[in-house]
Amino acid sequence: MDSEMSMTSQAAHGHHEGHEEISWIRKYVFSTDHKMIGYQYMVTSLFVALFAFFLMVLMRWQLSFPGKPIPIFGPILEKLLGSSMAPGGVMTPQLYNSFGAMHGTMMIFMALVPALFAGFGNFVVPLQIGAPDMAFPRLNMASFWLFFVGVLIMMVSFFVPGGAAKSGWTSYTPLADFADMGPGFHPIFNGQTLWLIGMAFNITGSLLGSVNIITTIIQLRTKGLSWMRLPVFVWSELVTAFLLLLAFPPLESAAIMQLMDRLFGTSFFSPEGLIINGKHADISGGGSSILWQHLFWFLGHPEVYVQILPTMGIVGEIFANNTRKPLWSYKVFVYSLLAIGFLSMIVWAHHMYMTGMGQAVTSFFQIFTTIISIPSVLLGTVLLLSLWGASIRFNVPMLFALAWLPMFGIGGLTGLPLGWTASDVVLHDTYYVIGHFHYMMAPASLLALFAGIYYWFPKATGRYMNEFLGKIHFWPTFIFFNGIFFPMLVQGFAGVHRRWYDGGAGWQMAQNVLWLNQVMSFSAWALAIAQIPFIINFFWSLFAGKKVTDDNPWQATTLEWATPTPPGHGNFLHPVAVYRDPYEYSVPGYKQDYLPQWESDERLNKEGKLSQVSF
Amino acid sequence: MEIPYTVTARPDTGLYNAKVGIWLFLASEVMLFGGLFSAYIFLRLGATHWPHHILNVPMGLFNTMVLISSSITMVMAWSSLKMRQFSNYRKWLGITLFCGVLFLSVKSVEYKDKFHHYGIILNSGQEITGHLAMTEEEAIHSDVLKIKPDPENAGDFLFQLKSIFSKPEGEEKVLEIPKKEIRWWSNFVPKYNTYLATYFTMTGIHALHILGGLLVLGYFWGPGAALYRTNPEHLANRVEVAGLFWHFVDLVWIFLFPTLYLF
Repeated sequence: MDSEMSMTSQAAHGHHEGHEEISWIRKYVFSTDHKMIGYQYMVTSLFVALFAFFLMVLMRWQLSFPGKPIPIFGPILEKLLGSSMAPGGVMTPQLYNSFGAMHGTMMIFMALVPALFAGFGNFVVPLQIGAPDMAFPRLNMASFWLFFVGVLIMMVSFFVPGGAAKSGWTSYTPLADFADMGPGFHPIFNGQTLWLIGMAFNITGSLLGSVNIITTIIQLRTKGLSWMRLPVFVWSELVTAFLLLLAFPPLESAAIMQLMDRLFGTSFFSPEGLIINGKHADISGGGSSILWQHLFWFLGHPEVYVQILPTMGIVGEIFANNTRKPLWSYKVFVYSLLAIGFLSMIVWAHHMYMTGMGQAVTSFFQIFTTIISIPSVLLGTVLLLSLWGASIRFNVPMLFALAWLPMFGIGGLTGLPLGWTASDVVLHDTYYVIGHFHYMMAPASLLALFAGIYYWFPKATGRYMNEFLGKIHFWPTFIFFNGIFFPMLVQGFAGVHRRWYDGGAGWQMAQNVLWLNQVMSFSAWALAIAQIPFIINFFWSLFAGKKVTDDNPWQATTLEWATPTPPGHGNFLHPVAVYRDPYEYSVPGYKQDYLPQWESDERLNKEGKLSQVSF
Repeated sequence: MEIPYTVTARPDTGLYNAKVGIWLFLASEVMLFGGLFSAYIFLRLGATHWPHHILNVPMGLFNTMVLISSSITMVMAWSSLKMRQFSNYRKWLGITLFCGVLFLSVKSVEYKDKFHHYGIILNSGQEITGHLAMTEEEAIHSDVLKIKPDPENAGDFLFQLKSIFSKPEGEEKVLEIPKKEIRWWSNFVPKYNTYLATYFTMTGIHALHILGGLLVLGYFWGPGAALYRTNPEHLANRVEVAGLFWHFVDLVWIFLFPTLYLF
């Protein structure tokens, strides 16, 4: 391994003159290379995803068998977090709330967005546009480390007195203004305050990252790569970066205001006459909790698209590659992305129909929520029609990408009733909502995440992931995702509330659908087991996977496949130029069924060959 | 490996990388302050009572002048660099730095004034503002608050101007108010009311931006200026980018001043 590593590093240096030897710590830890930063983002966020999933695995026990001690992990929890949190291995309501809040926060802000936007964004975008690195490499490193500190703060918050934040991933006020305060809590080192500080780090990191991605795409596109020749993944990253850039700062100001409320006793989000624990709160009042909701959802809604847009890009890439034909309509795809990006900024208050905002405001948000479904459907249609008449290669990336489509469909269509006040009032805060948004955020986002990992793994490491283990990973993952989330839609229609600590056991009307709790819990546990083949595959393939014999193993057309395998510092051996559209597959009149963007017409029909083997 | 367009502009966009980056960053800053301003509007629209004349307008006006001047000197510093007049660059950037420090000094005097200014809300809902006629320590332990109320004309520009240079004369009569008649009293810190909460939060974040700007400009005045010898155009670009940030921070103040001091 060591000798192989040094070979890579020598090889990586070999093709660019005048490079001093980089120390280990600058190469793997404080790296400014976009690819290494991409790996760092990806590995960190996969760990966070596993951790946050584990929180939910434990919560599912409480939902199915309320009040019973958690087997195996119960005693560990009691030992780690104290008997006030898990007496005798039973999950207390506080622990349940804190696990729920942290599951949401970590999954969204510290697992999925960093993996999909920053992980793939950092690794793939500069390669796909033919750039030597990101526009601001040191800023890039700073973004990662800000994010990493944010993750650490969130992790540490589990062990402060009173435990991690308990006010939901939305941190609604005035609850969050006063949660984790008073006797037994440290004024700063308490769950909710650490949540805010951790989020501030995370937001700052995302902002710098999105500045970097946008600048890179605008400035560092190689010769010939005009806007309408950009791969769809680059487009999706561009739109996502703009959403993060513009939607995140209001949440940062909201987090600052909530910190002011908590640390300096202001009343930004606390109304007059607030009673806490039977006592009149000693505050000036005059604030508004609706204000928090507005500022939160102004980010919170675009955030959903921040997750789903890069997955659309990934799926688009893999579809084109494995259907061996151009996307059904590249232009519709791109304009839909842009339309979704724009509209997603003006639909946020559809999360707030229950606050009584008034008819005019709700009408506005209903209209735009309905309108945003149009580009979403167009986009799904482009992908669906791309399959029509194709001779599809069913490799593992394609399986995951194909499975994305129905998951995205269910997630999107179940959202429509929530976009209209009349039906939302009934379904609000039930498991139906949980089921709906998880279809987007869990099956759709994660399946595309896996698809992307299987797809770009050969470029990143020089080895394929194992096909058989990949299929063993795929089928149970796909099935059990639905086993978890489809019953939620059913329970939601029966009126089961999303925040019940006992899974509905205490409510007469829920008795008919209680058995579904166990279906969901066993699916969740089976889903956890189904990830084992992936973890084995990931590490095994890193060192012993089948070696890639061609720089372009999938016979793809986009620029990332023009680099050596794995790409060294500076990425390309020769300056690259772009001669054609991104997905010229099966063009009649050529010997091969794919025309890479970087090949001019004269140079086509040559055999692909491996310019460098390493790793 | 060299990243293209760090110094020269990309032909089709006409911009070098850092300029694209700073404009994007400023867009996000607009949204950050946009969030705060929206919060201000939202809270003020819903407020039953909004205090006036708490801040010293002449001081704020002076600070506005200081920042506007610093924007001008910032441009002079950059154009000196473009004309390769290094000593002029040092001079103009030095004045810019001085203006920034002056702004923060005046701001901290204003903050200090607020911490010594008190407000009392009686059980009847009536509000009395003024300065304590006892030490803070005594006020906390005593059953009676002794306070010199602000005079009627406390909001007048001339009165405020005079009060900067001489002790506030106020009405000499001292009110003695038993604490059991008081619902809420405190000095003018953020928690006193929503107005002061927004005032301190917004100006505080703005001051942090000024401080950040000063650090960056200070670096380019001092050690960062060494780049002039090897690549003056690169230094000019960096100063331009830092200057764009500086103008933005000034612009935010142009909005903050009327919002918080005048309306």
